[in-house]
Amino acid sequence: MSTDTPRSFQEIILRLQTYWASKGCAVLQPYDMEVGAGTFHPATTLRALGSKPWAAAYVQPSRRPTDGRYGENPNRLQHYYQYQVLIKPSPPDLQELYLGSLQAIGIDMDLHDIRFVEDDWESPTLGAWGLGWEVWCDGMEVSQFTYFQQVGGHDCHPVSGELTYGLERLAMYILGVDHVMDMPFNDPDAPIALSYGDVFKQTEEEYARWNFDVADTDTLLQHFKDAEAECARILDTDYDDPKTGKRIVMAHPAYDQCIKASHIFNLLDARGVISVTERQAYIGRVRALAKRCADAFVQTKAAGWVPEAAE
Amino acid sequence: MPDLLIELFSEEIPAGMQKRASEDLQKLVTNGLVEAGLTYAGAMAFATPRRLTLTVNGLLAESPTVIEERKGPKVGAPEKAIEGFLRGVGLTLDDLEIRDDKKGQVYFAKMTKPGRPAAEIIAEVLTATIRNFPWPKSMRWGSGSLRWVRPLQSILCILADEEGAEVVPLEVDGFASGNTTGGHRFLSPDRFAVSSFDDYEAKLKRAKVVLRPDERAEMIWHDATNAAFANGLEVVEDRGLLAEVAGLVEWPVVLMGNIDEEFLELPPEVLQTSMKEHQKFFSVKNPKTGRIEKFVTVANRETADNGATILAGNQKVLAARLADAKFFWENDLRVAKAGMGDWQDALKNVTFHNKLGTLAERIDRIATLARELAPVVGADADLAEKAARVAKADLSSEMVYEFPELQGLMGRYYAEAAGMEPEVAAACEEHYAPLGPSDDVPTAAVSVAVSLAEKLDVLTGFWAIDEKPTGSKDPFALRRAALGVIRILQETESRVSLGAFIERQLVQVARRMGASWKLYEFQDAGEDSTRWHPAMIVLAEDQVIEEELSFETMRQIFVEGNLSLTEGEDGRLPSLADLGADLLSFFHDRLKVYLRDRGISHDVIDASLAMPGNDDLVLLVKRAEALQAFLKTDDGENLVQGFKRANNILTQAEEKDGVEYSYGADVKFAEADEERALFAALDAADAAIKPAMEAEDFASAMSAMAALRAPIDAFFEAVQVNADSAIIRRNRLNLLSRIRQTVGQVADLSKIEG
Repeated sequence: MSTDTPRSFQEIILRLQTYWASKGCAVLQPYDMEVGAGTFHPATTLRALGSKPWAAAYVQPSRRPTDGRYGENPNRLQHYYQYQVLIKPSPPDLQELYLGSLQAIGIDMDLHDIRFVEDDWESPTLGAWGLGWEVWCDGMEVSQFTYFQQVGGHDCHPVSGELTYGLERLAMYILGVDHVMDMPFNDPDAPIALSYGDVFKQTEEEYARWNFDVADTDTLLQHFKDAEAECARILDTDYDDPKTGKRIVMAHPAYDQCIKASHIFNLLDARGVISVTERQAYIGRVRALAKRCADAFVQTKAAGWVPEAAE
Repeated sequence: MPDLLIELFSEEIPAGMQKRASEDLQKLVTNGLVEAGLTYAGAMAFATPRRLTLTVNGLLAESPTVIEERKGPKVGAPEKAIEGFLRGVGLTLDDLEIRDDKKGQVYFAKMTKPGRPAAEIIAEVLTATIRNFPWPKSMRWGSGSLRWVRPLQSILCILADEEGAEVVPLEVDGFASGNTTGGHRFLSPDRFAVSSFDDYEAKLKRAKVVLRPDERAEMIWHDATNAAFANGLEVVEDRGLLAEVAGLVEWPVVLMGNIDEEFLELPPEVLQTSMKEHQKFFSVKNPKTGRIEKFVTVANRETADNGATILAGNQKVLAARLADAKFFWENDLRVAKAGMGDWQDALKNVTFHNKLGTLAERIDRIATLARELAPVVGADADLAEKAARVAKADLSSEMVYEFPELQGLMGRYYAEAAGMEPEVAAACEEHYAPLGPSDDVPTAAVSVAVSLAEKLDVLTGFWAIDEKPTGSKDPFALRRAALGVIRILQETESRVSLGAFIERQLVQVARRMGASWKLYEFQDAGEDSTRWHPAMIVLAEDQVIEEELSFETMRQIFVEGNLSLTEGEDGRLPSLADLGADLLSFFHDRLKVYLRDRGISHDVIDASLAMPGNDDLVLLVKRAEALQAFLKTDDGENLVQGFKRANNILTQAEEKDGVEYSYGADVKFAEADEERALFAALDAADAAIKPAMEAEDFASAMSAMAALRAPIDAFFEAVQVNADSAIIRRNRLNLLSRIRQTVGQVADLSKIEG
């Protein structure tokens, strides 16, 4: 495994992909919806449930509208990337596997101080929690390491190990860059060298303005209600499909609506139209959807559901 | 006698849980061993981030043989009874002994429980300990069902004596015990076998693991202070941080780094908090200027570049953190200099408690009360109100949002930046005090007014919504608030009639509660106004509602509004006055605890509490202290006896005769000299006690009272109260009543025990 320093943001991503592929993970693609974190990808949220083994790694573009700073803050962005690994059941050498990934992206294990510092993870919107650590490299948090105990209100059996890398921050550290917009996106010696700013400065500005001041809150509120209603409607539909005669539980389409509601809530939050008391109520509404989706997913074959033996 | 060594090796254990876990390991295992008959000479437990270790030396090699006797049925008892006994003890009739008992001949069974080898017992005890370990939070991992704080990786369990060490075989959830452990995760990751505790500790050290937490803490402190000293600086002591950092490393290496010049102008508390909370750095200050100039970080390893890369990384992270802090500080200063109005407005959107409204509303109430309290505690009313209005404004600041523990302190900086009076700025910081029994109380008058007001508001508020502390539950720290009020009043000798202020504040709270319930939407007419909740009464008084409300309607409001209401034993809802009295008696209970620690017994407090003005806690304590001192004297002790005798005779006579003897005794009916002397003594005592009480000179009042001791004793010696003559008897009873009155001006001695 090469330990030479990578030269660009994308090289770090590519090395992570190669590394986790070599460790047996299915390298998935980002989920095609707006999410707040890699955990929301159904490959994590839903696949952490049920009895079937799973091993996946992927990049997930993530959006946190309130974190937008018009591209001016050195490390705050409303759109950023997470790298996510989920292995179920968590292997006994997950810590070693993880440290190997740091080595792979150019962190010299002989010169740095890597620490596992207690950090309990909880997602009120997903009804999920786990125990683990934030991983420090020379005092900087470079990853989140969690053993999932519950998702959507269901105990995880077996337990998944989840790794989340905040890619921009990690890459800035490895590449020695102080402002995210200055970070080389592709090879700095390429004929057309692009920085992170070349790719994202424009969009950060545009979205910050839209998120904070322009997004139409009435429309968003309506979208929230629509997503909530559609999610419930999907889950209320009979499992037995009259057309195919098959039992088809639609956990994933319903979960898409849950994701949608969650993101709309984040947008409304950024627009400042949700009061402190309402906040909890909205989070509770999203959690209720997530729980119902989890209930539905454990009824699928993908989760290991088997039809009860015939009488 | 063999020695036992146990190590439970795992993924990283949270620093804050290590100490307790090592103690629990020691307690659970040694208790289990002793219960099974395995005594030992000594035991010690240690923890590192990756292991809990227990060493027990001088353990018995096997548990002693135990002979147990059990008494059975009588000889000749029904066969079924004897058979049942034999089954129970697992013996045959031939094994039983026959002994003579009081009631005749009885069967006895003698059972020998052979000793068991130590290894067998240890395996059982350790297995049970692992399965039932009291982690504050534990988890499962992989496909297993075992719970541990983080995934368990190996179990070392050996018994060692002169002849060598042997593994104690056991298995928990697929983990079999062995005699190996691992060294430092990065510096010496290989596993190795050990044969005794000494061997284990020495080999660990070679494998770059310092087993003992105090040794790691000592190394860190020693190296950190040395590094600081070499630069003419000193490390800011922080025991909690030291213990935490010692729990984050197995091989501590101290590195000292620089703070960028541009951050040195931040308040030192901000630097210190930011470095400690986010990075677990120690602050290093210049003793001459008090400025924090450097930091110490503790790495978990040595490196070929002597930590240069690690230090550079840490410095960079710190710079980013401090850039945030500086950004908050500068933004905050802008708002502060504009008068903090934006922050005060923002508190209108912050819920304090869903039944008690927003923080802005709470601040309004505090400001009103602080203004009223100001003249009583010697503060300027305008300043007290102003201070109350800005004291919590910093809760909206970015800095306090980031570091809640800096609340109050930032308020002081910001009030100063806003050009506010120094008294106001000081109150911002001091009004939360005292936070604990050893915390200083505020002494500046404005701070005292605001601090008392904020505590009385929280107490009356939670009293009004029936959220009083019960048993060990006190989620809103109301006991602490009451003790804070008591300590402030005592230590500043502030004379406050608490009762009146409590009632006024209850009215404020209740008014706000009533307003939020929109009572006027309910129109049922009702009759029984004694059942009204305080909030309703206030509203009715304010004529916000003109319709009277029935009890049922109110109940509906409470239920729909999700409000609790507790009826008293008589089925009535408490009135404002009831609530106020209840809160005052809560203060009295806290005062008893407070005074007990200062050597004043509860009956002395009760005797003082029975006197008027008991809601002035300073007066109450003065009275109690004087009484306590008085009761320690010979006169005091005897006077109590004399008083009780007089009081008992009088009370019995009054009960029997159905009258109250308080019409005034007349000296002309006195027969004995002792009787006349008592009249004279009571006149003299009255003359002395009255002015002394008015001057609150309890010592003089007590000594005037003490002068009654001899005449009272002499009176009882010489005189029969129940004289044949009805006139003389009545006169003597009236004389006893004078004793009660005279003494009763000072304290209620009937409450004194013994």
